Amino acid sequence: MDAGLLAQFVANGLMLGMMYALVAVGFTLFFGVLDIIKFSHGDVLTVGTFAGFSTYLGLQALGATNPWLQVLAVLLVATGSMAVLGALIAKVLVMPLKSAPPLNILLVTLMLGTVLRESVRLFFPDGANPKRFPRLLPDDAMALGSFNLRLDSVLLFLGGLAVIVAIHVLINRTRLGLAIRAVAQDEETAKTMGINFTLVVLVTFAVGSAAAAFAGVMNGLYYSEINFGMGLLLGVIGFSAAIVGGLGNIYGAILGGFLFAALQTVGAVALPFASAYKDVFAFAVVIAIMAWRPTGLIAERTSERV
Amino acid sequence: MKFSRVPFAVCAALALGLAAGSAAAAKKEVKVVFIGPLTGGVSANGLGGRNSADLAVRLRNADPKAKYKYEMVVLDDECKPNIGVQVATKAASDRAIIAGATHYCSAVAIGTVDTYHKFGLPVIVWGAVLPDITYGNDYQEIHRVNGTMINQNDVNAKFSTGQGFRKFAVIHDTTDYGKGHNKYFSEYLAKYGGKIVGTFGVTADQQDFNAELTQIKSLNVDAIYFGGLTPIGVRIRSQMDKLGIKAQFIGTSGIVSDAFIEGLGPLAEGCLAFREGAPVEKLPGGQYFMQKYAEAKYAEGPEAYGAFAFAAMNLILDTIERVGPDRRKVTAALGNVKDVDSIVGKISFDDHGQNTVAAITKYVAQDGKWVVWEDSEYASGKRKLAGR
Repeated sequence: MDAGLLAQFVANGLMLGMMYALVAVGFTLFFGVLDIIKFSHGDVLTVGTFAGFSTYLGLQALGATNPWLQVLAVLLVATGSMAVLGALIAKVLVMPLKSAPPLNILLVTLMLGTVLRESVRLFFPDGANPKRFPRLLPDDAMALGSFNLRLDSVLLFLGGLAVIVAIHVLINRTRLGLAIRAVAQDEETAKTMGINFTLVVLVTFAVGSAAAAFAGVMNGLYYSEINFGMGLLLGVIGFSAAIVGGLGNIYGAILGGFLFAALQTVGAVALPFASAYKDVFAFAVVIAIMAWRPTGLIAERTSERV
Repeated sequence: MKFSRVPFAVCAALALGLAAGSAAAAKKEVKVVFIGPLTGGVSANGLGGRNSADLAVRLRNADPKAKYKYEMVVLDDECKPNIGVQVATKAASDRAIIAGATHYCSAVAIGTVDTYHKFGLPVIVWGAVLPDITYGNDYQEIHRVNGTMINQNDVNAKFSTGQGFRKFAVIHDTTDYGKGHNKYFSEYLAKYGGKIVGTFGVTADQQDFNAELTQIKSLNVDAIYFGGLTPIGVRIRSQMDKLGIKAQFIGTSGIVSDAFIEGLGPLAEGCLAFREGAPVEKLPGGQYFMQKYAEAKYAEGPEAYGAFAFAAMNLILDTIERVGPDRRKVTAALGNVKDVDSIVGKISFDDHGQNTVAAITKYVAQDGKWVVWEDSEYASGKRKLAGR
């Protein structure tokens, strides 16, 4: 295999990994503060993407056709509206069930996910068909042998990186992040220290959901196509990535995301069976890793479940 | 939960009595069924088929000479074999239903043939193209108005090699549908001197094809043959472009849908696809069908297989009119269909219930429409296929 081809596979894998990592970060954030698994996360991503898509259609109808302006508006609306939706889900569905068995939250969010997904399909005009997502980023391509590097992919990757860095800074360098970490470590003590628990939870859900919406728009711009079911597999993969990395640890989620993408690429390229089995291969390896390190590759530093 | 069955039975008896009483006054009511994918990725085709079958029923009910009043039960198979068998069982076990126009998706249609046979429900497949649906069994109940993927791939391979494409990569979904296309296309391509340098089976809901396409890119092929349905066809074509693959995209009847072109926009330009039967507007009854369809003001277009769904339902209604609402008689009568006029041309069923339409139409996407090859600017030489 020549170097250009290898570079192409790596570039594809990195792009996939970035999307998975952004979704996984959400799972891990929610688990960190509330010890819950929110299964509607992937479908929030879908709704966010369609919100962004609608924004584009709206701008187009209004005659605002500057692509940079459109990208900005699409991203703002998608992440903003999903931040609100995420906080709303936390407030209305998750918080009231906080003291109920965790299984209940899991089920409630699973069902909410189905509701969101089916709503997109039924209420978005022609929602069952794949939609063409506009190409808003410059698509200059640089061909180095068999390696085709596109400017839009680079920009998307950098955008994703910026979001991850921003979340890192938010968690580690701000008072809000301190509050999130405090709640994640010990809810009771954090409360007695005067931390507004509800606010922290809502903000965390808003941040996680916004990251998912970003991943969704990124997905749309990268593949130029969106559909109502796009969040389903992304959600499952994001969840596995978070688990494999170590649920509750942001770096674990990022690592898990890239690891999963690498496994899929290897599964499709290097193994002798049909590429249809690449997901089977990737998930099988994930299962093996779970058996080897049940708490994930980078485990949460403080374990509350003794 | 337990409840007494007596009041229920009384109610049911009363309801039956009422129904019988009111029906006796008007024409006898006869139920037929339509099954297709009404939700999910290929629902555009399913909805178009449903509307077209519905149109056949409506026109019949509006006809004062019709002996019966028809009611069309509509069921959604979601293009999933498990759901398909459920709804097929539901329809077949309802004795009031006399016959049905069923299935667009091959994977579903092949899964349900046993069900129809077991319950003795005569059906006419209106869209699925897998040969085994009719040829894989001896069931008298199963018929099909559209052609199979065998002829389609024969024409495809011959045409593609004739256009100078020699080196192919094949991407197919791993359902019976995609695997069937792969099988027949590979066979015919070998016959016409083409060569397949890479075959990739992918799942029917896959999102990312970069890994497969990167490999294909390194193989340097003239054309990519895609055996699958619209949703992933859109993704593959779009990701081909991202990777800078210049090969010609050649699809099957599975991508002949408006959704494919809408999903791709300008990227659809120049994609090839093949479908059995003549295009609606060139059929003897095509104008009539399109006109009536427009008058009925359905929310969705008839799509590529609407005319077949219409023809299937119409044939069912004709047969019921002739032999009466009896499953056995309808099955027997459908077995003898020879040179019956329909809007898709003459219909003749062979011993397997397969309509022997030989005509395959070649399509190329041009300016946002599927255009018949012979009428296109590609055929006249004004535009060129990829790499020609």
